[in-house]
Amino acid sequence: MSRKKEARKIIFESEKEMPPVPMSLGSMLHNRTGAWRNIKPVIDLSKCIKCGICWKFCPDASIDIVDEWPQINYDYCKGCGLCAEECPQKCITMVEEEK
Amino acid sequence: MSKEKKMTTTITREEFMSPGHLACQGCGASLAMRLALKGLGQRTIVCIPACCWAVIDGPFPYSSLDVPIYHCAFETAASSASGVKAGLEILGDNETAVLAWAGDGGTYDIGLQALSGAAERNDDIIYACYDNEAYMNTGIQRSSATPFGAWTTTTPVKHYKKERKKDIIGIMAAHGIPYIATASVAYPEDMVKKFKKAREIRGTRFILIFAPCPAGWKSRPEDTIKLARLAVQTGYFPLIEIEKGEKWTLNLKLKERKPIAEYLKLQGRFRHLSEEEIAAIQQEVDERWAKTLQKCSL
Ligand SMILES: Cc1ncc(C[n+]2csc(CCOP(=O)(O)OP(=O)(O)O)c2C)c(N)n1
Ligand code: SF4
Ligand code: SF4
Ligand SMILES: [Mg+2]
Repeated sequence: MSRKKEARKIIFESEKEMPPVPMSLGSMLHNRTGAWRNIKPVIDLSKCIKCGICWKFCPDASIDIVDEWPQINYDYCKGCGLCAEECPQKCITMVEEEK
Repeated sequence: MSKEKKMTTTITREEFMSPGHLACQGCGASLAMRLALKGLGQRTIVCIPACCWAVIDGPFPYSSLDVPIYHCAFETAASSASGVKAGLEILGDNETAVLAWAGDGGTYDIGLQALSGAAERNDDIIYACYDNEAYMNTGIQRSSATPFGAWTTTTPVKHYKKERKKDIIGIMAAHGIPYIATASVAYPEDMVKKFKKAREIRGTRFILIFAPCPAGWKSRPEDTIKLARLAVQTGYFPLIEIEKGEKWTLNLKLKERKPIAEYLKLQGRFRHLSEEEIAAIQQEVDERWAKTLQKCSL
């Protein structure tokens, strides 16, 4: 995921502070979409072959490569289950989210 | 697995789309943007008309993209991109790529004349259409990209869509623009490569991306890649390139095509179809496939 920005919500005090044209460069990282999740992916790294397939297909850019291993970013993962479906090793399981 | 082994990454690790965006679970369109920007890189401006992506990126001034976004009116993706490009040229910036990023409604239907105008002038823009085969953002209404047989809210089961999908690639090819390609979220390497290639070409470039939509197709979010892959493997959505308006290339040759029924049965929008109707769809796919092979001189 993008490390260039902080998960901070940008607030304009007045209209004058806003840019003149609707050009977006703010950050949506304050929006922790992990709250949408009903089921969550859990990776069994002992079976992982580091093929990068789960990372490549994540529509939410919510699988990070940390020390060359895939790591789910639960702050944002929406629980679509794509990674578990596509993993050739079947080492990602979708488990019920406890809330 | 050894600790030292590097993770295999066949596409750049750099990300220009951050999480926190507003797309549904398993949205093909959001993966499409992630991949497209990996191909185009940092120096890109995106023009987004009304479509799901106008919502996905976040409400102004927030954004989930690390490149500037210019939100424009529904029918103006191409003309807005042409304008942004002209502005950049006046500023002496010939480096920044301008990407028009529209849905199928904004491309096949309401934005077609602006797109045709830009293509006729050969304006120096990249126009990408993510095709989810209906007006999804407003609640799944039919577009001219909706295929024969599909349910949408304006083509209900009893009156499912009877017309076939418009041949947008044929229309764009007739304009003779320098580069046309189709891409699929199930083939990220091919897609990133095509955006990279398009970036290096001058003039109007058109890329059509197949982007499954679980909400509108009534498919399981985890099936998004499977569906995109089946669309290619059945020959429903061939991966092609057309260079200089003439040279057709089939990027993925298929020894054997899978039956279209395999693709259809995973989607609720086709659930009502009878065996005969599925056979009719199969025949149409076969005919289009034969034509594609012919154009690619295969
Ligand atoms: C001139 C105009 N007409 C209608 C609308 C309403 N509208 C907003 S998004 C949309 C559907 C867009 O469909 P598509 O281009 O396929 O993108 P998708 O939502 O599927 O991503 C419509 C009809 C509008 N914003 N402007
Ligand atoms: S898809 Fe599976 S095997 Fe491949 S990197 Fe991800 S978890 Fe590991
Ligand atoms: S409606 Fe479809 S295209 Fe729109 S955000 Fe949801 S999954 Fe994506
Ligand atoms: Mg659409």
